[in-house]
Amino acid sequence: MKKLAWGLLVRRSLGGGGGLGLCVALLAAVSISAQSRPQRIVSLVPALTEMLYAIGAGSQVVAVSSYDEYPAEVKALPRVGALLDPDTERIISLKPDLLITYGSQVDLRAQMKRAGIPTFDHRHAGLAHILVTIRDLGQRTGRGADADKLVGAIEARLAAVRARVAGRPRPKTLLVFSREPRTLRNVYVSGGRGFLHDMLEIAGGDNVFRDLDKESVQVSTETMLARAPEVILELRPEDVPDGRPMQEELASWARLASVPAVRNQRVLLISGRAVTVPGPRVADSVERMAKALHP
Amino acid sequence: MSVRLREASAGQARRRAAPAGQVRRRILTIVSLFAAGAAAVVLWAPTVGSTSISLARVFDTGIPWEDNVDAQIFFVARLPRVLSGAIVGAALAAAGVVLQAMLRNPLATPFTLGVSAGGALGAMLAIAFAFDLGMMGVSSIAIASFAGSLAAIAIVYWLASSQKRGLSTNVLLLAGVTLNSFFSALILFVQYMADFTESFRTVRWLMGDLDVGNYSPILAALPFLVTAFAVFAILPRTLNLLTLGEDVAAGRGVEVVRAQRLAFLSASLATGAAVSLGGPIGFIGIVVPHLVRLMVGSDHRVVLPAAALFGAAFTVLCDLTARTIMAPLELPVGIVTALIGGPFFLWLLVKKS
Repeated sequence: MKKLAWGLLVRRSLGGGGGLGLCVALLAAVSISAQSRPQRIVSLVPALTEMLYAIGAGSQVVAVSSYDEYPAEVKALPRVGALLDPDTERIISLKPDLLITYGSQVDLRAQMKRAGIPTFDHRHAGLAHILVTIRDLGQRTGRGADADKLVGAIEARLAAVRARVAGRPRPKTLLVFSREPRTLRNVYVSGGRGFLHDMLEIAGGDNVFRDLDKESVQVSTETMLARAPEVILELRPEDVPDGRPMQEELASWARLASVPAVRNQRVLLISGRAVTVPGPRVADSVERMAKALHP
Repeated sequence: MSVRLREASAGQARRRAAPAGQVRRRILTIVSLFAAGAAAVVLWAPTVGSTSISLARVFDTGIPWEDNVDAQIFFVARLPRVLSGAIVGAALAAAGVVLQAMLRNPLATPFTLGVSAGGALGAMLAIAFAFDLGMMGVSSIAIASFAGSLAAIAIVYWLASSQKRGLSTNVLLLAGVTLNSFFSALILFVQYMADFTESFRTVRWLMGDLDVGNYSPILAALPFLVTAFAVFAILPRTLNLLTLGEDVAAGRGVEVVRAQRLAFLSASLATGAAVSLGGPIGFIGIVVPHLVRLMVGSDHRVVLPAAALFGAAFTVLCDLTARTIMAPLELPVGIVTALIGGPFFLWLLVKKS
C-alpha cells in the first residue's frame, strides 16, 4: 500500500513536473524508507558487521559480538556474546529491529521469532557469496545503492587482479591458515572450497589441495612433502612483526627441504586480522596475495 | 578383578614352585617374542603411508638431501611419527599395568589419577592464551602440558600422603578422580572462553596427534620416560605381591608405602611425558594391559615388559591406520584407538562376567 502511494506520488510528480510534487515525493520516500529501514541492528557475525559499516549502515548498528574488532567504531558498542554464547536477554533488552545471526544458531532464531525480532541469517561460503551477502544486507537495511556501489568496487578490483595475473604461470600453492606457532604441527590448509580457495584462484595461485572438497583440511607432514607446492602462502590472523619473529616462523618450514617452495625460498607469510575475514576487505587480501605470488 | 588377580597370584605361587631357571626362561621367551613383534611393526610402519616411496632411494646417500623426497618422507614425516607412537604407546600401556596393580583396580588407567587432565589443562591454557614458551623445537603446548601434569601429580601426591599412615591408595584414587573432574571442568571453561578457532584447536589436541614434525619433542620427552622405565624395571616383583593385598605384601618384606610411592610417581611421570608428546590418546592404557594379561597370565615380570612392547606396536598400528585410511585426509589417532579399543574392552567385560 505504501509502495503504491509512493509510486503514484513519483509518477505524478514526474508527470506534473512541479517542484512541489517532487518535494513531496522525496519526503515521502525518506519517511517510508526510515520506517522499513532497521535502525537498531545487532550483529553476531563480525564479517557482516564490517559489511554494515562498509555500506554506510554503521550508524544503525547498536551492538556487536564479543569478537568484533573492525572497524574501530565497534569498540565502543555493547557486546552481546557470539556464535556459541549469544546473550539472549541482553539482545532482547536492546530492542533490536534486526538481528544478524550465523547459520547454526537455530535455537536463537527460534527465540527471536517468539520475541518478534526479525533476523538475517548468514553462513560463510565462497567469495561470490560475500558479494551476494553485501547486496542482501544493502536491501535489508535500506542501503541498496551503497551496497551495489561497494560490490561494484570490489568486483572491479578483483577483475584488475585477474587481469594482472592472467597469462602468468600459476604456482602450485599450499594455502595455510593455521598451525602451532614455530612448529609444523596441526597444519590446517584450504581445500578446494570456500572463500580462501576462491581468493587464491583469483590471486593467480593453483591450490595443491583443490581436489579435496572441503574448506579446511588438516594435513600431515607426509602429504605436504608429497604434494610438493611451489609456493607456501601462510595467512596469519595475528600480527607477526618483521625481523626475528618472522624469521623464526618461516624457519619452521625449513624441515621440508625437498619442497620447491622451501628450496626456492617462496614461503610467504601474510599477517593481519583482515586476511581471514570473509568481509568487504576481501579485495585488499586478494591484492596482497597476488602481490606475494606475482611480485 | 581382585578375585582374578588373587587366582592369578595363586597360579603364580604354584609357578614359583617350579625351578627358578625355568621361570626365567619362560619370561625371557615371552618377552623376546613381544619384542620381536614390536620391532617388526616399528620397522615396517615407516615404509607404509599415503605416498609410495622407494626404500632404495630413501637410503641412497648419493642423492642430495634437498632432492630426495623419498628420504624426507621417510625421515621427516614418518619416522618421528612412528617413534613417538611407539614411545607414547609403551609409556601409557606400562603406566596402565603399574597403576592397575598398585591400586588393585582393573579399571584404573594412566588417566585415572588426574595426570592427563592436568596435562590437558596446561595444553588448553597454552593454546587459548597463546603462551610463548616454545624452545629448541618443542612447542609451548607440549611444555605447558608437561608442567600441568607435574602440577597434577604434586597435588594428588600431597593429598594422598597428608594422612599419617603414608600413602593411602583409597585417597589417591578418590583425589585423582576428583581432580580429574575438576580439571575437566576447568578445561571446558577455558575452551568456552577461548576464541572459536582456538576452541577447535583445543578439541583437536584432545583427540591425540603423533605427527610431531621433528625429533626434538621426542628427545625432550626421553629423559623422563627413561627415568620412569628404570623404576618400572625394579617394580614387577613388588607389584606381584601388592596385588595380593598391602598386608600380605608387607608380611613378605615389601616396604609398601615406598613401593606405592615409586609406582605412582613413575607411572605418572611416564603418563605426563606421553601426553605432552601425543596428547591424551585414550584406551591404550586400559586395553593393552588387559589384552596382554589374557595372553600371558598376570605375573608382572612378564606383563609389564610385554604390555610396554605391545602398547608400542598397537599405537604405531593405530596411527598407521589414522594416517592412511582416509588419505590425504588425516584421522586423529585417538579416534582410531577408541574405535578399536572401546568395543574390544566391552567384549572383554562381557566375556569375563
